[in-house]
Amino acid sequence: MIEIEGLTVRFGGVTPIRDMNLVFPAGVCGLIGPNGAGKTTFFNVLSGFVRPAEGQLRAFGQDLLRMPGYRRARWGMRRTFQTEQAIERLSVYENVAMVHEHTGGRRSKRRADVLTALELAGLDVAPAQSVAALGSRDRRLVEVARAVVGAPRVVLLDEPAAGLPDEDTVRLSAVIRRIPEETGALTILVDHDMSLVSDCCEVTAVLDFGELITVGPTHEVLRDERVVRAYLGTGEES
Amino acid sequence: MSISFRGQPTAAAETVSAGGRPARPARNPLGALVTAAFVAVVLVAAPQVLSDFWVQTLTSAVIYAAVALGLGLLFGRVGLISLGQIAMLALGGWTALRLGQELAAPFPVTLLLTAGIAALAGVLIGLPALRLSGLHLALVTLMGAAAVTVALANINFPNGGGGFFGYNPVNSGTVPLARPALAGSDGAYLRYVIAAVALLFLISYLHVRGRPGRAWAAIRQSEPAATAAGINVTLYKLWAFALASAITGVAGGLLAASAGGLTAYQFPTQDSITLLAVVLIGGMYSFWGAIAAGFLVMIVPAILQQFGISSDVLLIVFGAGVMQSLLATPDGIAGQLPKDLRRLSARLGRGRTGPAGAGEAGRTGGEVPR
Repeated sequence: MIEIEGLTVRFGGVTPIRDMNLVFPAGVCGLIGPNGAGKTTFFNVLSGFVRPAEGQLRAFGQDLLRMPGYRRARWGMRRTFQTEQAIERLSVYENVAMVHEHTGGRRSKRRADVLTALELAGLDVAPAQSVAALGSRDRRLVEVARAVVGAPRVVLLDEPAAGLPDEDTVRLSAVIRRIPEETGALTILVDHDMSLVSDCCEVTAVLDFGELITVGPTHEVLRDERVVRAYLGTGEES
Repeated sequence: MSISFRGQPTAAAETVSAGGRPARPARNPLGALVTAAFVAVVLVAAPQVLSDFWVQTLTSAVIYAAVALGLGLLFGRVGLISLGQIAMLALGGWTALRLGQELAAPFPVTLLLTAGIAALAGVLIGLPALRLSGLHLALVTLMGAAAVTVALANINFPNGGGGFFGYNPVNSGTVPLARPALAGSDGAYLRYVIAAVALLFLISYLHVRGRPGRAWAAIRQSEPAATAAGINVTLYKLWAFALASAITGVAGGLLAASAGGLTAYQFPTQDSITLLAVVLIGGMYSFWGAIAAGFLVMIVPAILQQFGISSDVLLIVFGAGVMQSLLATPDGIAGQLPKDLRRLSARLGRGRTGPAGAGEAGRTGGEVPR
C-alpha cells in the first residue's frame, strides 16, 4: 500500500503536482491523465529523482522521502521509463542480473531469479542476446524483467505499451496482471491505452494539470464525466 | 458518455520459457591462441632482437597503452571525458620517484603505494566531476592538467635532493627510479613492464566483465536507469576515477624507472588531448584499442623520426584519424581491423574455392546489426 498525503511538487513557477492525496491499495492500479498531467513527475517523486516541496509518502509503512533513489530500488521500488532504457552494451541476461546484484539479490539465486523474471516478462529471446540487436518491444520487455526481478515491492510502469502494436499490447496486459500475482508487488500503470488500463487495473486514479480529479474502480472512473472532459477538453458528446 | 475503447483483449499472452544459458559471447579459440603466441614472441624475442632505442621505445609504448587503458575505462565505459590523464601520469611518476627516494622499498611496493596515492588523487578529482559531465568535465580536467604542468616546471622531478620535493638544482640530471633486481637491463625491464601492464589489463578486464562493469554500462547510458536499478551512481563514478587513476599512476611509476628518468617537459598539457584522440582512433570500447593507442603515440613517431620526419606531422594525421573514427569507424581500429581482416579472408577464400566460399563469408564476415 502506498499512501500519499498533501504531495506538492514545484519546478520554479510551475506546479506539476498540487496537494495530492491518494492511496494505492494493492494489485495493479492505474494512473491516467492527459499529457502534462503530472504522471511521470509522480513516478519521479516515488523513485527519488524529484524532491517534493511538501507532502508525505509512505509505502508499506516506510517513509520513502528519507531514502536516496538507489536505496529505494534496494528497498523494492522498481520502474520502467517512458523512453525505454534497456542498457545497450549489455546482454539481456546482464541487464536483469545487474538489477538483481545491485538490489541485494543473493548470488546463488541469481541465475534462477533472472530466468524467472525473463519468463514473467514474456521475453522469448536468448538471454545471451545483446540488447543492441533487439527491437523496441523486446527492449521494453527487458525493462519489465528488470523491474520484477528479485524482490520488488512496488513496480512503476511508465507507458509500457507506447508504440506497441495491438497484439503485443494484449500480451503485455497478461504480463502486467501476473506481476502482483507472482511477485506480490503493488504495480502502478501509467498508460494512454484505455483498453490496457481497464484490462489490468481494478482501481484507477486520474490526474489533470497536477490535480487528482477522481479515483475509484476503473470502469466507473473511465465513464466519469470529469475524466472525459479532461481528456477531450470539452463536455460534449464524443 | 464514455471514453471509446479498442477491442477488448482476451487472449492470454504466450509466455515462452526463456531457455538457453547466459552464455558469454562466442570466442574464437584459434584467435586467442594466435594472440597468446604473438605476445609470447614479443615478450621473449623482442629484447633480444631489437636495438636499445627500439627496446626503450617499445617500453614506453606498453606503458602508454596502460595510460590509454585508464582513459578508455573513464570515457569508453563510464562516459567521463578526462583531459588530465597525462598530468596524472606525471603525478604517478613524481610520487613513485619520491617514494623510492624516501623509502627505498621493493619496486612492486613502491608501485602499489603509488597506485594508492593516485587513486586518492583520482577520487579528489572525481568529487567535483560528479556534478559535471561532457565538455565541462573535459575543461576542468584540462585546467587541472595545466596546473600540474606549471607546478612540475617549478618543482621538477625528485633527483635525490632534500626537502619535501626532493629536488637538488645543483645536481641537474635526472635520477630514474631504481629498477627491481631481476629487471636491471633495458631488455629485462621491457619484459617486466609487459608483465605489469598485462596485470593492469587483467584487473580492468575483471572489473568490466563483473559487477562494476555492468554498473558503468548503465551509468554511461542513463543515470536515472542506473539509479532505478539500485546502483549507487556516485560510488561507481568515484570507483572508476580511482581505478583509472591507479592504473595511470602505476604507469607513471613504470615510466619513472625507464631509461633516462623523467623530466618536466615530457608531460605537456596538450599530450592529454592527443591521448584522447588516439584512444578514439584505437577504439575506446576495447582493450585492444588501448594497445593500439599506446603504439600510435609511441611507435609511430619513432618510425617517422627514423626517416627524419617531424612527429608534429602526426597531429594532422591524428586529427584526420579522429574524424575518420567518428564518422566511419566508431569502434576504432580495434573494432574495424578484425572486421576488415574477416572481409579480406572471406574475399580470398571466395577467390580460391569459388561460390562455395560465399556461404562462409556470409557467416563470418557479417556485421552486427545495430
